[in-house]
Amino acid sequence: MEKILMRGNEAVAEAAVRAGCRLYFGYPITPQNEISEYLSFRLPQVGGVFLQAESEVAAIHMVYGAAATGARVMTSSSGPGVSLMQEGLSCLAAAELPCVVVNMSRGGPGVGNIQPAQSDYFQAVKGGGHGDYRLIVLAPSTVQELVDLTYRAFYLADKYRNPVEILGDGMLGQMMEPVTFREPEFPPLPPKDWAIRGKGSGPRKWVVCLDLDPKGLEALNLKLQRKYRLLEEQETDYDTFGDPEPEILLVGFGTVGRILKSVVREGKKEGLKLALFRPITLFPFPKAALFEKAKGVKGILVVEMNLGQMLEDVELVVRGKVPVFFLGHTGGVIPTVSEILEYVYGLLKEEIRV
Amino acid sequence: MKVVFERPKTLLEKPFTYCPGCHHGLAQRLIAEVIEELGIADRTIGVGPIGCSVYIYEFIDVDFVVGAHGRAPAIATGIKRSLPDRVVFSYQGDGDIAAIGTAEIIHVANRGELITSFFVNNAVFGMTGGQMAPTTLLGQKTKTTPLGRDPQVHGFPFRLGECLSVLEGSAYIARVALTRPQFIRQAKECIRKAFLTQMEGKGFSLIEILSPCPTNWGMSPKEAVDWLEEKMIPYFPLGELKVKGCNSRETP
Amino acid sequence: MPRARVVINREFCKGCALCTYACPRGVLVISRDFNSRGYYPVMVTDEEQCAGCGFCAQVCPDVAIAVYRE
Repeated sequence: MEKILMRGNEAVAEAAVRAGCRLYFGYPITPQNEISEYLSFRLPQVGGVFLQAESEVAAIHMVYGAAATGARVMTSSSGPGVSLMQEGLSCLAAAELPCVVVNMSRGGPGVGNIQPAQSDYFQAVKGGGHGDYRLIVLAPSTVQELVDLTYRAFYLADKYRNPVEILGDGMLGQMMEPVTFREPEFPPLPPKDWAIRGKGSGPRKWVVCLDLDPKGLEALNLKLQRKYRLLEEQETDYDTFGDPEPEILLVGFGTVGRILKSVVREGKKEGLKLALFRPITLFPFPKAALFEKAKGVKGILVVEMNLGQMLEDVELVVRGKVPVFFLGHTGGVIPTVSEILEYVYGLLKEEIRV
Repeated sequence: MKVVFERPKTLLEKPFTYCPGCHHGLAQRLIAEVIEELGIADRTIGVGPIGCSVYIYEFIDVDFVVGAHGRAPAIATGIKRSLPDRVVFSYQGDGDIAAIGTAEIIHVANRGELITSFFVNNAVFGMTGGQMAPTTLLGQKTKTTPLGRDPQVHGFPFRLGECLSVLEGSAYIARVALTRPQFIRQAKECIRKAFLTQMEGKGFSLIEILSPCPTNWGMSPKEAVDWLEEKMIPYFPLGELKVKGCNSRETP
Repeated sequence: MPRARVVINREFCKGCALCTYACPRGVLVISRDFNSRGYYPVMVTDEEQCAGCGFCAQVCPDVAIAVYRE
């Protein structure tokens, strides 16, 4: 199959088009502008629609409207822009509308800077918007994985009628790697009977994101929770690498996963028994798999390009049975292999008590 | 016997949830009549607001989408860009369109988006209990201007129709009231022209409908109608504010 | 046989009385018995006086009035 050298941002755009996305609404923000620039010429080529909105607030609501018609639609942004989209994401989740949002994270909080970071784990996974909803969150670590997860994102969005966030970072968006656009075989999806397309000869339909009857709103919330339980049972994904019986388990997502892979390899050369656990679905978080993998290890080292976000979920999963340590940098500072290895040595020297 | 007036079929047979004397019911009846007469109910999609008329989807017999406060024009854009051959309209109050949603309505007009927007202007925030709106008149007392709107503190009442008229993408902008039968007939004609503006691809259309709000003005329905005619119409003049004949999408 | 007939949906009427002001003949008044929602709906006094102009129906915000004519 043909291998093409592509920048992450452009690869996710091309994969979206091949996955059937025909509408894009977005607003410029570094470091993901190549996504909209690419789609501005690519979508018209396939009869699709590209529209630069007046803000991220407008963009996410244009996504809401197009999603309500049953179309495959996406937007993209970075942390500050995704913050503006939170109201819209809460509405999309409440209305059970499918869509894909790509977040190429940068340093935060506030305007932060334009360098890569993983500052938006909380925003994506715990929900920056109001109400009891979750986004499906996928965290690619290579440009190829970004492509593969983009196909999956549109499938999951339609299957579960839920917004899906692809959580990348500026490094992934800007780096160039060879990719193949291999379209996965997904099971068929049911027709979108709920879509709003004009009532035709039938009864009218409506898509709303409110219910003023308390029992009604609770029922909607319970329905959403059942959906999230189903996601946890069926769609968790993760990757492992390294020693089958590690002393230290390294946990990281996205581009940090690649750095940790190098740490495992370097450590092995020096006789260390290390392994990597890399969650690919941040929601649903691969809790059971992590719990299993954590059995028997001396300690877990969570590494992130933030100051401790996924860390909290790892601590929740292991419930104090294994000590959890953390190394993080943010603002565009990237943890290095040697720095992480030095920390691991430090852990191994001390007597780690539970 | 001949029918002089009957409820249109496109207005569903159920009582309105609006206050006595509120003109949301009248505005929605006129919209339903025009949709019915143009024969477009099967391919019309409405986008509702967050406000007193959030329940518009219960009353007009067409498909509806309701999203967040102020965002109806953006939602309508998403729908229209996805399904360009449908007739798409949005329906909003003062807060929705002229406060939180100002950016969205300006850009929808600026893009010449082929949708029809309705703006029900009652000079207050109705749903939330009568706070100041961008359209509140000078000196008007509201829940957040208990001493009356003071231009030094609160600025001036916002004439959205006029603002949108200067944009190239706006093809038909009109302001109407529904306080007497001849105004109602004129308003219906404007509403028809607005939908035709969309259907003929001419550009963006907006109808600003002045409405009484007896509850939040603290008046009886009749007093409210009188206040609207005496105080609101002089500041918000009725009439067609913009009529564009040419197809705004043609490049010279 | 009256020249015109006004049919009022008592349950939809909210007693706002705007129709009573719109009627050029003073045919409509607010009744004294309330409907199931607590409103005092409007009623026709003397149908003989009705010209069937339809103004009442036009201004009714609840679309609670239908008008018929010979």
